[in-house]
Amino acid sequence: MSASARPEAFPAAAPHRASLAEFLFRKGEPMIWLAGAGLSVSLLLIFGLLALVAVRGLGFFWPHALVRIETVDGRKVLGEVLSREPMPGVKDRVSPPTRIRVKIANRDLNGLDFRWIEENDIVRRDAPPNALLVERQEYGNFHGFLQELRRGNEVLGAADAAGLARLQEMQQKIRPAFEELRDSEKKDVGAINAALERDRLAIRRAELKKDPDLVKHRAASEAHQTELRRRYEEIRERLEARRKVNAAVTATLIDAEGKSKTIPVFDMVRIVQPNAVSFAQKAAIYLSRIREFVFDEPRESNTEGGVFPAIFGTILMVVLMSIVAVPFGVVAALYLREYAKQGRIVGLVRIAVNNLAGVPSIVFGIFGLGFFVYGVGGWIDRLFYPEALPTPTFGTGGIIWCALTLAILTVPVVVVATEEALAAVPPGMRHASLALGATKWQTTWRVVLPAAAPGILTGLILAMARGTGEVAPLMIVGVVKLAPTLPVDGIFPFLHLERKIMHLGFHLYDVGFQSPNVEAAIPMVYTTTILLLVIVVALNLTAIVIRNALRKKLKTSTF
Amino acid sequence: MDTTMAEGRTGTRMQAPNVAAAASSSSEVKLAIVECRGVSLFYGDKQALFDITLSCRKNAVTAFIGPSGCGKSTLLRCLNRMNDLIDGVRIDGAIEIHGKSIYERGVDVTQIRKRFGMVFQKSNPFPKTIYENVVYGLRIQGIKSKAILDEACEKSLRSAALWEEVKDRLQDSALGLSGGQMQRICIARAIAVEPEILLLDEPCSALDPIATSKVEELIFELKERYTIVIVTHNMQQAARVSDETGFFMLGKLIEFDKTEIIFTKPRQKTTEDYITGRFG
Repeated sequence: MSASARPEAFPAAAPHRASLAEFLFRKGEPMIWLAGAGLSVSLLLIFGLLALVAVRGLGFFWPHALVRIETVDGRKVLGEVLSREPMPGVKDRVSPPTRIRVKIANRDLNGLDFRWIEENDIVRRDAPPNALLVERQEYGNFHGFLQELRRGNEVLGAADAAGLARLQEMQQKIRPAFEELRDSEKKDVGAINAALERDRLAIRRAELKKDPDLVKHRAASEAHQTELRRRYEEIRERLEARRKVNAAVTATLIDAEGKSKTIPVFDMVRIVQPNAVSFAQKAAIYLSRIREFVFDEPRESNTEGGVFPAIFGTILMVVLMSIVAVPFGVVAALYLREYAKQGRIVGLVRIAVNNLAGVPSIVFGIFGLGFFVYGVGGWIDRLFYPEALPTPTFGTGGIIWCALTLAILTVPVVVVATEEALAAVPPGMRHASLALGATKWQTTWRVVLPAAAPGILTGLILAMARGTGEVAPLMIVGVVKLAPTLPVDGIFPFLHLERKIMHLGFHLYDVGFQSPNVEAAIPMVYTTTILLLVIVVALNLTAIVIRNALRKKLKTSTF
Repeated sequence: MDTTMAEGRTGTRMQAPNVAAAASSSSEVKLAIVECRGVSLFYGDKQALFDITLSCRKNAVTAFIGPSGCGKSTLLRCLNRMNDLIDGVRIDGAIEIHGKSIYERGVDVTQIRKRFGMVFQKSNPFPKTIYENVVYGLRIQGIKSKAILDEACEKSLRSAALWEEVKDRLQDSALGLSGGQMQRICIARAIAVEPEILLLDEPCSALDPIATSKVEELIFELKERYTIVIVTHNMQQAARVSDETGFFMLGKLIEFDKTEIIFTKPRQKTTEDYITGRFG
C-alpha cells in the first residue's frame, strides 16, 4: 500500500455532508441526553417523594401554637391551625374567601377532632400563653386552660402560673407510675395467666390421654390454681391500690367555651404550653415525642402513641424470613448452577423461578394461609397441642407463618442473585481445586461458596428489601392491627413463633385507611413511612457493611 | 540469535540428565512413569488429538510445544483427567501411570488427580489467605494437624522460592500478591501435596520476563524431585528447561525426542520450520 493511496483507504474521512439527524445519531449525543434526562427524572421523583414524606412526617411532632378563635356566631375554639385553602365552590377570583382547618381536639366534649372555619367569619384570634395541650391516654388531646388541680378534696393549685407549674410537677411525678403499673400488669399478671393456662392444658392433656392418675393431677392442679388465683388477687389489689392513690390527683380543665372536664393527672401522657415555651423547650418536646413514637406502644387504636411493637415485629419477621430464605435459595441455586445438567429442564426451572418472583404477593398470602396456617399449622396443633383445641395454637396466623410465606416470596430473589454470583466465580478456581484432588462438593464448599458470598449477600439485601415492604400476604397469615404481646418475652420458650405480630407496612394501611379517626392519623402515615424506610435502609446497610468486609477480604487483584 | 543462545544454555544444562539417560538407556522404559499409547480425543464429533504415543521419564522435564490449538494443553489435561470436566469428551487409547491405566472403569478420579500437581496458564489462587492456599490440598485430604500443615506450608513455599517474600504475611489474602508471586503460590499449592508429577500449562504466559526466569529456575530445581510436563508457547523456554520435547500440530504429535535433537537437528521438516520461525 503506497502513501498516496492512503487517503482513499479511509473514505469516511473525506468531506461528506451528513444530515443533522444522521450526524447527531452517529455522535450519540441525543442518546446521552435522553439517558441523563431519564435518570434525572427518576432521581427527582425519588427525592421528591422522600422530601414530601420527611417534611410532612417529621413536622408532625413539632409543637404548634394553640390559637383561640372566636367566630361571628359567638363560638370559640382553641386549636392548632393545620392548613388553609380557598373556599370550595366560590368563584370570586379577586379575593377568594379562605377557610382554615383547625385541630380542636377535645373529642370527648366536641365529638370531633377537626373543624373547618371560614376566615371571613373570624372576629378574634389570639394565642393565650396559658393555653394547655394535654396528651391523654384516652380520647386524644385536650386543648384548654387549667382551672384547678386537686387531690381528693384538697386543692393543690389554681388557674395561675403556680398552678400550672404544680400540674407539670405532679405529672412528672405520677406518670411514671402509670407505665410501671402497666408493665407490672403485663409481666406479673401475664406470668400468672400463662401458668394458669399451662395448668389447664396439662389437665386437658391428662384427660385426653386417659391418665389413670387424673384425679390426683386434678387435685394438685386445683391447689396450684387456687394459689395462683390468690397471688393474682394480691397483685390486682396492690395495683388497684396504687392506681387509686395516683388517680386521686386530678386536674379540672376548661375548654375555650368554658366547658370543664376533670382528668386524672395519671392519664396525662404529656402537658405542653405551646404558646409559652422557648425554642429549646419545643425541641425537647419534639425529641421526647419522637422517642415515644419509636419506643412506646400505640394508643387510641394506633392513631397515637408509638409503634414499637410494629417495628419489633417487622424486624423479627424479616430476620426469620432471611434465616429461612437464604439457605433454601443458596442450596437451590447451587444445584441449578453446579450440579444439574444444563439443558431444557433446567432452563424451564430457571424461567419458573424467575417468574415466581413476579407472582402477585397476595397469591403467596393465600397459599400461606392454605398450606402453612391451615395445613402445617393444623397438623402441628393436632399432633402437639391437642389439649388446646379447638383454640388453635399454630393453626392460626403467626409470625412463623408470616416469615415462611415471605420466604417463599423472596427465595427466587436469592436464587437468581446466588446463581449470578456462582457463575461469576472464575472457572480457574474450580479447576485448581479439582486438580488438587478435591471432589466437586469440597470445591463447592471450600472455594466456590466463599468466593460467591458477596453475591449471595446481595441477594439477601434484595430479599430483605422486598420482604420488609410486603404487606398484602401478611394480612392473612398473621399480621394484626394490635398485638397484645410481643413475640419475644420472658415467658418460656421466650421466642413465641405462633404469636401474631404487628407490622409497619400493615400499620401504615390500617392507620391511614382503616382507622376511625382518619384525619388524626394522616401524620402517622407519614411518620410510619419514614420509619419503614429507615428500617429498610438500616437492614440493608448492615448487610452491605458485611458484604463489603467480605469483598475486602476476598479482594481480587489486578496484575 | 536468540535461538542459538538458548540452545547454548540448554546444551550445558542438559548434560547431566542426558548422560544419565544415555548410561541407563535400557532402563529408560522402566523410568517412564507416564505412558500415552495411541491416545485420540474427540470433542463431540470433532477430533482434537490423533493417535498420540509418548512417554515422560521420571525426574525429567518433558515439554509440549506447537502452535495454538494444536492439542498440547488438551493432552496435558488428559493426563490428570481434567478433560472429564468438559461435556462430550471421548478418549480412545490408553494413558498409564506406573503401568496402570487411569481411564479404566472404577478408577477414583480424585485419587488420580492427587498424584498430579497442576499449574495453570492464568494463575488462579483461591480467595483465601496465602497459608490457606498452600495447605488447601492437604486440608482436602483431611489433614487437620497444625504442625503438619505449618511444616508443609513452609516447605512448599521454600520450594517455590517464595518463603522469604511472604513469610511475614501468610495470613494476608493471596490475591494481593504480584502476578509472578501468585503463579508461584499456585506452584507451592501444587507441590504441597507431594505429587509425583507436575503438570505446567503455560505457566509463564502471563508473567513478565523477570517472573518468568524465576519460575524457570524453580522448574529446574523441582526436576530433582518431580517429573514435570510443561506446555509452552515459548520455544526458548522449552529449550532452556526441558529434557525432552514433543512438537504438536493440528492434534498430531509430529516429533518427540530429546530437546537437543528437536532444536538442533529435527527429523521433520515441519518441526524445523516451526522452531526456526519459518512456519506458515
